Amino acid sequence: MSLKDKLVSSHIVFQESLDPDSPIYDVRNEAIKHFEEAGFPTKKDEAWKYTSLNKIIKPDYSIFPNGEAGLDYKDVKRYFLHSLDTYKIVFIDGVFSSHLSETTHAGIDVCTMRSALTKSKYKAVIDVYFNKIAPKESLISLNTAFAKEGAYINIPKNKVADKPIEIIHFSTGNEAATMLQPRNLVVAGENAEVQIIERHQSLTENPVLTNSVTEIFADKRANVDYYKIQNDTPEASLIDNTYVDQYDDTIVSVHTFSLGGKLTRNNLNFYQKGEHIDSILKGVTIIGEKQHVDHNTLVHHAQPNCESHQDYKGIYDDNSTGVFNGKVYVDKIAQKTNAYQSNNNILVDDKATINSKPQLEIFADDVRCSHGCTIGQLDESALFYLRSRGIPKKEARALLMYAFANTVLESVKIPQLKERITKQIANKLGVNVGFAL
Amino acid sequence: MAYTEDDLREELKTKEYEYGFYTDIESDTFPIGLNEDIVRAISKKKEEPEWMTEWRLEAYRAWEQMEEPEWANVHYEKPDFQAIAYYSAPVAVDPNKTLDDVDPDLLAMYKKLGISVDEQKKMNNIAMDIVVDSVSVATTFKDTLAKKGIIFMPISEAIQEHPELVKKYIGSVVPRKDNFYAALNSAVFSDGSFCYIPKGVRCPMELSTYFRINQAGTGQFERTLVIADEGSYVSYLEGCTAPSRDENQLHAAVVELIALDDAEIKYSTVQNWFPGNAEGKGGVYNFVTKRGICEKNAKISWTQVETGSAVTWKYPSCVLKGDNSIGEFYSIAVTNNYQQADTGTKMIHLGKNTKSTIISKGISAGKSQNSYRGLVQIGGRAENARNFSQCDSLLMGNDCGAHTFPYIEAKNKTAQIEHEATTSKIGEDQIFYCNQRGIDTEKAIALIVNGFSKEVLNKLPMEFAVEAQKLLEISLEGSVG
Repeated sequence: MSLKDKLVSSHIVFQESLDPDSPIYDVRNEAIKHFEEAGFPTKKDEAWKYTSLNKIIKPDYSIFPNGEAGLDYKDVKRYFLHSLDTYKIVFIDGVFSSHLSETTHAGIDVCTMRSALTKSKYKAVIDVYFNKIAPKESLISLNTAFAKEGAYINIPKNKVADKPIEIIHFSTGNEAATMLQPRNLVVAGENAEVQIIERHQSLTENPVLTNSVTEIFADKRANVDYYKIQNDTPEASLIDNTYVDQYDDTIVSVHTFSLGGKLTRNNLNFYQKGEHIDSILKGVTIIGEKQHVDHNTLVHHAQPNCESHQDYKGIYDDNSTGVFNGKVYVDKIAQKTNAYQSNNNILVDDKATINSKPQLEIFADDVRCSHGCTIGQLDESALFYLRSRGIPKKEARALLMYAFANTVLESVKIPQLKERITKQIANKLGVNVGFAL
Repeated sequence: MAYTEDDLREELKTKEYEYGFYTDIESDTFPIGLNEDIVRAISKKKEEPEWMTEWRLEAYRAWEQMEEPEWANVHYEKPDFQAIAYYSAPVAVDPNKTLDDVDPDLLAMYKKLGISVDEQKKMNNIAMDIVVDSVSVATTFKDTLAKKGIIFMPISEAIQEHPELVKKYIGSVVPRKDNFYAALNSAVFSDGSFCYIPKGVRCPMELSTYFRINQAGTGQFERTLVIADEGSYVSYLEGCTAPSRDENQLHAAVVELIALDDAEIKYSTVQNWFPGNAEGKGGVYNFVTKRGICEKNAKISWTQVETGSAVTWKYPSCVLKGDNSIGEFYSIAVTNNYQQADTGTKMIHLGKNTKSTIISKGISAGKSQNSYRGLVQIGGRAENARNFSQCDSLLMGNDCGAHTFPYIEAKNKTAQIEHEATTSKIGEDQIFYCNQRGIDTEKAIALIVNGFSKEVLNKLPMEFAVEAQKLLEISLEGSVG
């Protein structure tokens, strides 16, 4: 039985296990119908031209992992930002783990999607925001059909989240193969501010497939700072779908650090629905072996006087494959738009591949849009300069690569997180340099 | 009695009649629609050998199985392929037609382009009084070319006279099954040009001028095959700046270039087919497949100025097969009113140390849509491949669109690829600066557009660069609001 058939047939069981009065009961039914018609995307779809899901959807995934596997904090401590006080929303095999988490309802809501979907006091928010920007695409529909658990963050008007929020999804490998479909919702009211760090972590050698959907709404003058850390095991695959709605004077930035995993696909979409908006999309990808990372971005400029900044750096070793498919869309009325897009790549090994497709679609005349894309190698003369000063080749290379990625790193606003990522990058490059630059 | 100019004129007049199109037109037009019999009939008409007929039939069978591509960023009413007559003899000269019968708009445009009265007449199929220039020029050219061993003739003649060359190279760069329109062209192409430059020969002239004389009557399915043998050089120019009110709605041409070791081909196109009227009615659909293959140390350079056609769908490409080969693409695409252009290039790097340069300038005005679509592919064995791409778009007015779809695929770590694109409009300060110096707005825009396109205009053969410059000006006329 193919994964698609399995998903479709188990949906009935899934719906029966849930409350038929749920505000999203019909939404789920419609979604599974759409998924049944559309199926998994294939390479024939332009957006999936360079990324094939064929191998990823082969294993016989368990769709409803068996209950909560106990995890001790000390075993997973290293995955948390322990040097920093944070709110934590932690899931183990898709199930909320209360003892690892630290949620709040004091002024702001940092809790689970399950309670948001079942408790009546959240109904108003769910009705307005749930599944409102995620488009009707097969993988989104699939997630919507099984939407049940995830992070729910609501920062009301004029509130500032007092500490960053960590969302961590662990998979333990209780089953031979696990499929997870978390659904997150972030609502930032007027003048609200929030910082979020999201991470998917497999603790097993068994295959894991995560199909995650996150919807982010930023009301006037809100400021959302979102970090995605993707440094998973070689058998874990992630399809991350993030949709951002921005209104007047908002700043939303999403940083994606793709440092591991079998296949990682990031669908990151920004819709600018007000004026004077700034959208920031940045990413660093450092992979090797047979890993595959695909960044698929869209910034839709629908109103005048907005900006967007995209900066993606990639370093590809061994047999790895990198894909960048970025699109800037400027509507006719979106005059005075400033859109920048840059994608720089380094191929370290002959067998590595990079496919880049930076697109501009522009319908307004008074705009400044530019994109740049480069593929190259480390500068031999810079390498020589460092080595002539006694820095070994490996360290010199790492230093140069770090400098290459630094334009993205330097805009990380949480110092502890920056330090953490720097360490991970040093690890990835196999050096012990502290990069205390 | 001395031989006067009048006598010459008289003689040429009679000559014109002597060599005029005397074929009975009635019997030369085929019924509309396309099937194997039509393909056979075309082949028979051209007195082609058996292998060519089979070649066409195979293309036709492949075409039948194919679907019209829809991925391009253009929208148009699809042509009905069974409502087209696939063969008709060249239009005969109408002896009663004079320049007064020609659309005055067209004449005004000719005047601006500085096209001679004779050329104007030729373009509108009017019998000419004086043909001294063309006749003599053509003969001189023929002599010079023949001395160098250069073969330059219609492809239908080449099939008869040089079957070994045609057989070897036709379809070798653009296979019959390459795409929908290439398959259609392979099945029904009526004529086109064939050009062979022997080893080590440098073609002494632009093959353009001759072509312009020769081109009358080439149908809507042109097939061009240019072969530059080892160490040779040729510069080839097709099309012309003068607007051509062609009745054919659909043009599906195929151009194949073969540059053998150390050879160089420079191929320039100026396309100014009827773009449809200001309301977007009518106009030519231009669906062209152009591709060249470079062997060792060879170089192919495409230069195009695209101002015409209602819908353009064209990607002149280079397959850089040999080591150290070079591919270049310089393009200006101007769209105005309701025109749509989806154009760009493909650079396929297969050999070591291959280089490619892409400079594309898109200018959209009116309600037009202008897309750049390009592919840069570096194969796993293409060590030290180098590419530089730059695509700039200029938007004029608020109803047009500019789109960029670059595909970059690298499979080799030694590859160096740079791609950059910008989209902008003409700055008010730039216009102000010109106005201030007594240059009116329309002229100022022409000036700025010329500056914007200069990198590409520079690559055109000199005589055409001047005309192309004027053409840009005219194409954008009235788009300033």
